Amino acid sequence: MSNDLLKVKDLSIQYRTDEGIVRAVDMMTFEVSKGETLGIVGETGAGKTTTALGIMQLVPDPPGEIVKGEIIFNGENLLEKTNEQMRKVRGKKISMIFQDPMTSLNPVMTTEEQIAEVIILHEKVSEKEAYEKARDMLETVGIPRERGKEFPHQFSGGMRQRVVIAIALACNPELLIADEPTTALDVTIQAQVLKLMKRLKTEFDTSMILITHDLGVVANICDKVAIMYTGYVVEYAKIRDLYTDPLHPYTQGLFGSIPSIDEDEERLNPIKGLMPEPTEVPEGCPFNPRCPKVMDICRSVLPIRYEAKEGHFVNCHLYYDHNETEK
Amino acid sequence: MPDFKSADNLIEVKNLKKYFKTKKGMLHAVDDVNFFIKEGETLGLVGESGCGKSTTGRAVLRLLEPTAGEVLFEGKNIVDFSFREMREARKNMQIIFQDPYASLNPRMSLGQIIAEPLLINKVFKDRLKVTERVKELMDTVGLTPRLLNAYPHELDGGRRQRVGVARALALNPKFIVQDEPVSALDVSIQAQILNLMQDLQDEFGLTYLFISHDLSVVKHVSDRIAVMYLGKIVELSEYGSMFRDPLHPYTQALLSAIPVPKMDVPDNMIILEGDVPSPVNPPEGCRFYGRCRYRKDLCKEKTPELLEHEPERYAACHFVNEIREKQN
Repeated sequence: MSNDLLKVKDLSIQYRTDEGIVRAVDMMTFEVSKGETLGIVGETGAGKTTTALGIMQLVPDPPGEIVKGEIIFNGENLLEKTNEQMRKVRGKKISMIFQDPMTSLNPVMTTEEQIAEVIILHEKVSEKEAYEKARDMLETVGIPRERGKEFPHQFSGGMRQRVVIAIALACNPELLIADEPTTALDVTIQAQVLKLMKRLKTEFDTSMILITHDLGVVANICDKVAIMYTGYVVEYAKIRDLYTDPLHPYTQGLFGSIPSIDEDEERLNPIKGLMPEPTEVPEGCPFNPRCPKVMDICRSVLPIRYEAKEGHFVNCHLYYDHNETEK
Repeated sequence: MPDFKSADNLIEVKNLKKYFKTKKGMLHAVDDVNFFIKEGETLGLVGESGCGKSTTGRAVLRLLEPTAGEVLFEGKNIVDFSFREMREARKNMQIIFQDPYASLNPRMSLGQIIAEPLLINKVFKDRLKVTERVKELMDTVGLTPRLLNAYPHELDGGRRQRVGVARALALNPKFIVQDEPVSALDVSIQAQILNLMQDLQDEFGLTYLFISHDLSVVKHVSDRIAVMYLGKIVELSEYGSMFRDPLHPYTQALLSAIPVPKMDVPDNMIILEGDVPSPVNPPEGCRFYGRCRYRKDLCKEKTPELLEHEPERYAACHFVNEIREKQN
């Protein structure tokens, strides 16, 4: 498709550790079109943040390494770019919001300085203009412009996250990667930030990748979603398809684990067992030891991506085999 | 103050206050809090960070000495207890902490951690019996006895939290405060621990005070829920009626702000303006005044009391009925 802003294909990222090679991200494939928001969902250690760092080429090397794949952004493969060229992309065309607003700001710089810094770096403007634009950005995210003279410690958590968003959007990027942007925030403050992000999405037509473990946040803001488990995307679909008809047993397990707000359930249906150690991912389907529908084939063969329904991809033998026998 | 007197109450908390001295003035972490917990039930205590819910949990156990107020456990005010009496009382009152990484001593094996309460209280003369009991406890919480000599760093978060649960159960308590017991865990593990706590409650008839910021979790585990805002309880009621029809404007906003993991949920989020104000030297009047959509002059002048508006449904707001009429 031509309107794909970002196309990630077969991306594989590994970390070399003393315990062995960790395949943090394996054979990851997804697309983000203009103005679209993709949610990447998974539990701790699923490879969500590594994916984001991979796109930005900020994977710490060593021990990390992008071993395979393509990251096509606006028709260019980012993996073929030099460091110098990448620096022009980061913060300008692609920017990132990190999880913890407490640590992602510089404590000894005023907020307007931090926003202006990005603008001066990427745009041909005078310092004065940059500061003016920085204060405009503060207003865009709902902070009075006078507060640009203040330091991060003078802001609350929710406001700090707004400053981080202002920095990320200062150069009007085409793609915004937000890594758990609301996880550290209280629910009423989270509601404020989500509303702001939705507004900015429509106002600036920015494409977004939202990394989260919260399926509620995804339902609220995303158009598509990829569910990750031990470095693999196990299911990838439009949100409506995924929420109304989750196919992968892991996705079903995630939904079964969340207590419902509007219905009464006596007991939760958690996924049994634990996520495997990253160096000891089982043979075959990585989910097989925990899967309630495990079959013999799952223990030996890694399921490949399969389009179970139009635009609804799942990596699971249940659907693949089913289809084979029907044919 | 509402009259909570009932024979079924295991815990009654009356006018509980906990203030901290800070450079800027008195920090009113818990300010005149009243609630009760019936035997065998779970009271959920929700609120956003800094609202005083953890301080309340600790003050109830006297892990923090209350500034004022009473905590009645089986009708006796434990705030007046001597050190020795308190040690005896604590056998029945235990706590599970939020962070399973920080609440276990890294230099003790699981066996030692779980045995510690048994040894301190000299429950068994025979050391073999201690080990036997530890193994039994590990089995109860779903830990294999093989881990008896393992150390906390060898375990994942979910198993560590199980150790915390086993330790809390060691003395057969009646009452357990759970302070954000699943917040540090991934959802699939969180569900396992919640189910475990539910099974233990059924099996041993435990009474819980469940503290959390996660409303869907609180709703799932609680019989009744208390909502805290800036050191005060603003609403206390049975979970179903609270979620169907919250009385206090803060509860309404809080419940509306939860993102629901479903399609076609109407977007009725009530977005509160601003942040929670500072609990240092709070002014007279309703604490929610600055962020409330329905505020009036009276709210600034007079602190609303927690009153019973319907049977067993308490709210601290001057205009509960007016707001309801407006909404209908």
